Amino acid sequence: MPVDIDIAKVARLARIGLTAGELAHYGAQLQGILEHAARVQALPTEGVAPTAHPLPMVNAFRPDEVEPTLDREEVLAQAPDRDGPYFRVPPFLED
Amino acid sequence: MDSADLSIAGAGARLRSGELTAVDLLTAVRRRASMTEAILHAYLTIDHEGALVAAEAADAALARGEDRGPLHGIPIALKDNMVTRGIETTCSSRILAGYRPPYDATVVERLKDAGAVIFGKTNLDEFAMGSSTENSAYGPTLNPWDPDRVPGGSSGGSAAAVAVGSAFGALGSDTGGSIRQPGSLTGTVGMKPTYGLVSRYGLIAFASSLDQIGPITRTVDDSVTMFEAIAGHDPSDATSYRGRVPEVRPGLDAGVKGLKIGIVRELSGEGTAPDVAASFRRTLDALAGAGAEIRELSLPSTEHALSAYYLIAPAECSANLARFDGVRYGPRIGGRNVEEMMSATRRDGFGPEVTRRILLGTYALSAGYYDAFYGQAQKVRTLVVEDFRRAYAEVDVLVTPTSPTTAFAVGEKANDPLAMYLSDICTIPSNLSGDPAISVPCGLDSSGLPIGFQVLAPALGEGVMFRTARVVEELSGFTARPALATSEGAV
Repeated sequence: MPVDIDIAKVARLARIGLTAGELAHYGAQLQGILEHAARVQALPTEGVAPTAHPLPMVNAFRPDEVEPTLDREEVLAQAPDRDGPYFRVPPFLED
Repeated sequence: MDSADLSIAGAGARLRSGELTAVDLLTAVRRRASMTEAILHAYLTIDHEGALVAAEAADAALARGEDRGPLHGIPIALKDNMVTRGIETTCSSRILAGYRPPYDATVVERLKDAGAVIFGKTNLDEFAMGSSTENSAYGPTLNPWDPDRVPGGSSGGSAAAVAVGSAFGALGSDTGGSIRQPGSLTGTVGMKPTYGLVSRYGLIAFASSLDQIGPITRTVDDSVTMFEAIAGHDPSDATSYRGRVPEVRPGLDAGVKGLKIGIVRELSGEGTAPDVAASFRRTLDALAGAGAEIRELSLPSTEHALSAYYLIAPAECSANLARFDGVRYGPRIGGRNVEEMMSATRRDGFGPEVTRRILLGTYALSAGYYDAFYGQAQKVRTLVVEDFRRAYAEVDVLVTPTSPTTAFAVGEKANDPLAMYLSDICTIPSNLSGDPAISVPCGLDSSGLPIGFQVLAPALGEGVMFRTARVVEELSGFTARPALATSEGAV
């Protein structure tokens, strides 16, 4: 079953900046893997409920109590860039 | 015998008799590591200082009469996708180079509470994606039985370390077979617990509904010991099981007399290497001889488990790995705006297999394709679960070869992702169902490479699973050691 992939769009959604050559390479590989995976579409699954999770659990609650959190300095020390107590990133919008 | 070759139980006995100290045990694994690491590369980081402090503390505690149990003073290795406070944790990825986590994973806390000595962090396929430990940004791990071959993966570093004696036991993680397949390929015991029994807090997530931490050891008894130390409810993991952890030690040596064992027709025929099939058959015959009743069953949906897995796992991975964006940790590649920065950082930071799976998952979850791929895969997952349910109405455990082949050559499948994926065909179904499974060595092939026998049990069926595994271990009488562990004088 041929699979239709707009690999440039997929890479953009995934925020992975690939070159044209890399896009073609991954596009061809995905094509092969998806054609194999598309076999799932041939199975009759009418009336079958999807399984998202192996255990039949709903929500996990715990008491709403304040507990110690991670040390802020230790966390921020791992950041590639910071501004005092904040993570710093390049602008979201260009001028 | 070099003390690096002792089981955890054996080392513990010598520790308590005063024959050896925890520092002696640490010295033994350090010595073994120094002789084998140049070839194997099982470790990414060895914490010499921290391990020595912990070993000395374990000895001092024992001297005071404070005994924390069977892991007290035992050097253990951790797959490098479990966070360790202040100790570099990279998931074998460039995107986490230099990352020193601000906390310990729950399993790490539990091991420390049990008195274990954390010796180091082991190599893996980047973010646990792979079956050979070749996809590591820091170079591959090789197989101690034959360094021209892979140790399996993704927990290949943990498996190689335990096989060669540079750790007494190790933790791995299993999303599609990543503990059991390397266990099989290195002649070690690899166990995946029931989903939810072991906390995933601090395990860097690959596919959250499939990932489970478990032990790699040299004996089934040691596997039980490590399982008991790490299992139990954890409020920090919302998917942690709230009920009681199954008691496994009491019936461990009860044998298989009267036990109903099922062979899965779809997972033990075509595509299995002749030596693997023969060893599997021999073990089955021996189990029958020990009083088990063997039946052949059909689980038709397991044929489609692989296809479903390669949609579900990448879909979950594409969401989980969105957090690696150059903002909070890891290196950053600059850009004029935040999207450019993230795209450049992720392009540079992820290797080919991780990139491939993120793209695959992003596609399977994207508008217009969700129902046809991800939605359909989740329904197939239901069919797999129902197949297992029907099977366990008839038998107590199911058995298969762990992997269709023994260790393959380095590079053999590196350029064929689909062929690599197919090596997980026998292990993937129990990740989809969340059931426990274990791989036990059952023999060697004609090239002297280990073969693994897999025992699968229903959810929370660790008791009957370990019990069957003990018998397999005993009947196969597997005592072979990898060349690299026994030729020390020559290295």
